[in-house]
Amino acid sequence: MQPRWIYFAMVAGLVSGASISALAATVQITMDKLEIAPAQVSAKVGDTVEWVNKDPFAHTATAKNGDWEVMLPPHKSGTLVLKKAGTFEYYCRFHPNMKAVLTVTP
Amino acid sequence: MFIRLSAAVAALSLVTGAALAQGAKPTDPQIAHIAYTAGVIDIAAAKQALAKTHNKDVKTFAEDMVRDHEAVNKQALDLVKKLKVTPEDNDTSKTLSKNAAAKLAELSKLNGAAFDKAYVDNEVAYHKAVDSALETTLIPDASNAELKSLLQTGLKIFQGHEQHAEHVASMLK
Repeated sequence: MQPRWIYFAMVAGLVSGASISALAATVQITMDKLEIAPAQVSAKVGDTVEWVNKDPFAHTATAKNGDWEVMLPPHKSGTLVLKKAGTFEYYCRFHPNMKAVLTVTP
Repeated sequence: MFIRLSAAVAALSLVTGAALAQGAKPTDPQIAHIAYTAGVIDIAAAKQALAKTHNKDVKTFAEDMVRDHEAVNKQALDLVKKLKVTPEDNDTSKTLSKNAAAKLAELSKLNGAAFDKAYVDNEVAYHKAVDSALETTLIPDASNAELKSLLQTGLKIFQGHEQHAEHVASMLK
């Protein structure tokens, strides 16, 4: 009986361990009247960033280093799953005066 | 480039200067008309570019201008309707339209890379001139808070377009 308990405990541990790492957060950033808020955001690899475009204008969230770009049509949202750690400066390609920073930790 | 730009800024300063010289600050119905006209002018310039250009970056930029300025002007129309304000034609709007018609005629004679460069350079200068008019006259003189707020959003849009146009201009060189 005892080995079986241990086995169950191990499985349970594995499952809960897995579910903890799968519990990635979603970070929301808004674009409203050409302002990105918050302009500085920190998140972890595996997290999702959701940009909510409240403007009647199309925007983009474009990494300055070219790693990623999310298109944001008027009054729509777009998401990005963070795969790489680093500090990413990003901007809107249509309105380059909209700038922000996303810090991704491992 | 610099001469063209200074000329555009000077032209707009003259316009706003003239309005001030008459001792009359523009009223909200006049400000709404000026802002709307500024958008209409840029849409017309973009449509001319879309009909003439073969350059992908210029085409994308012109499409952005049509889309954004139509969206801003729709907001402006919705606002004046809500406020029950009738935009009022005025000397500044008339001068803007007259200058824009002359520019359209001038650009219509150009083709290919010469057109692309002239269009994009003018977009940089035009947006700079409008930014300055918004900052120094239109926004401070607007009395209605909602109109002021829309103009402030308009300023950010125009400033964004100015930077976008500068980027396209740098790619054409």
